[in-house]
Amino acid sequence: MSIRGTSAIVGAAQLDTFKTDGKSPVGLMAVAVNRALADAGLTLADVDGLFTASSYYAFPTLTLAEYLGIHPRHMDSTALGGCSFIAQLGHAAAAIQAGLCDVAVVAYGSTQRTDAGKLVSMAESSPYEQPYGLIHPIGAFGMVAQRHMAQYGTTSEQLAQYAVSAREWALLTDTAPYPTPLTVDEVLNSGVITSPLHKLDCCLVTDGGAAVVLVSAERARDLRDNPVYLLGSGEAVNHRNVSQMPDLTATEAARSSQRALQMAGVTLDQLDTVHVYDAFTISLLVLLEDLGFCAKGEGGAFVENGNLAPGGSLALNTNGAGLAQVHPGMLGMFLIIEAVQQLRGDAGRRQVPDARLSLVHGMGLTLAAHATAVLSTHPEA
Amino acid sequence: MNAPTRPPITPRGEEKVFFDHLREHELVFQRCAGCSHAVFPLRTVCPHCSSESLDLERAAGTGTVYSFTTQHRASHPFFAADAPYTLVLVDLDGGVRVFANLVDCPPDDARIGMSVEAVFDDVEPELTLLRFRPASAAESTAEEQS
Repeated sequence: MSIRGTSAIVGAAQLDTFKTDGKSPVGLMAVAVNRALADAGLTLADVDGLFTASSYYAFPTLTLAEYLGIHPRHMDSTALGGCSFIAQLGHAAAAIQAGLCDVAVVAYGSTQRTDAGKLVSMAESSPYEQPYGLIHPIGAFGMVAQRHMAQYGTTSEQLAQYAVSAREWALLTDTAPYPTPLTVDEVLNSGVITSPLHKLDCCLVTDGGAAVVLVSAERARDLRDNPVYLLGSGEAVNHRNVSQMPDLTATEAARSSQRALQMAGVTLDQLDTVHVYDAFTISLLVLLEDLGFCAKGEGGAFVENGNLAPGGSLALNTNGAGLAQVHPGMLGMFLIIEAVQQLRGDAGRRQVPDARLSLVHGMGLTLAAHATAVLSTHPEA
Repeated sequence: MNAPTRPPITPRGEEKVFFDHLREHELVFQRCAGCSHAVFPLRTVCPHCSSESLDLERAAGTGTVYSFTTQHRASHPFFAADAPYTLVLVDLDGGVRVFANLVDCPPDDARIGMSVEAVFDDVEPELTLLRFRPASAAESTAEEQS
């Protein structure tokens, strides 16, 4: 038994992806849920499965259900950090297939920017790391970058090239928070925060709410003519604390993506768009290697020469993603939304022609958790 | 205005054993009696073979830097005066990796692969923290004393 192609995204919405006008994190979630349901032609009364994760609420599905005034019969607060929502797509498909719910909503909301740009986290701190003043997560990613540079000769200029490419993609949207081109020199001169990473090696800190609605493939076809089917889903766990990450330059992302790709019956060369978590230039680079878009250690060369910019060899993070568009603490939900927009043909100036097949890969914490989804315009690859 | 206070930690169970030994200026890890793997952080169940027979071993405290980063911002107001400061992952001679910070070393001199040795810093009556310094710094200190 497989969940391959058994469910589809029929509603999707995001709002206030830079700064909210006074909504709370759960308020952003709730508005996103309403808009995603309207997009699907459904109402709150139809929702019987609720999926969410949060840095604000210890019991986020309860918080959201109470706020919305609903009483779903299936709840899932899987906490894998920023990739939680990508994992929850698979969980929702399994729950729908098993009859645990019929209409599943996956939602997220954050007011990270309004909260003065501080990373909101209620994660417990490790007594082995916290007494030394580690800034989560960027301090750990400085160590990852340092190691990648020493091991493979990766340079700050190469890392900066990804930030430049992400900005170019963002300029093709109407919502780019910083709507001017970026140069490698600007990245390198933006100040070192934690060596060797500069300010502009880091994702934006934004607000944002987003939600998607999933139903069975059969019901999806009745609701709209362009459902986005979940063809494959995979997860993998790497570690919890960075000091326990066996190899700072390699992750279990490959296992997660292979699980998803095998379920989907798809290979990398068939993908039309790719959406990979880019909390930092270095995290993106490590993930691209592990996912197999280039060999281990060759990520630096792979991001050079505009290879990942519009018109490059890989349509990656087509709205600028975390580096240049939106990153409210957890990015996973927004990677899904961008893939859905591409697969619906709704991506405007950044539309990848005839996009049929997309891969979404997220990490959680410091490359600690991984989740992958393969999305398609058709229930078969 | 009060000066910022040290962000508290709450070591529990096996974590407390580690910090109790740090107060004795001992850096400890475990050796599994079932499979002989070196284990760190301290556990009650071996992650390699599930044995619950894990014996404490004292590390010599010497090792090499696996990776590092120099943070130009502090994680907490208490550390602000220390910035920039360098955090290290050290592969201890003996086979486990530990996290701490690097002292007695200008940030520009930090290198992957550099030899370091443990320093025990009694920061409070009830709290000793592990730090590392370049192994050569230890030697030069010894020379000054001789």
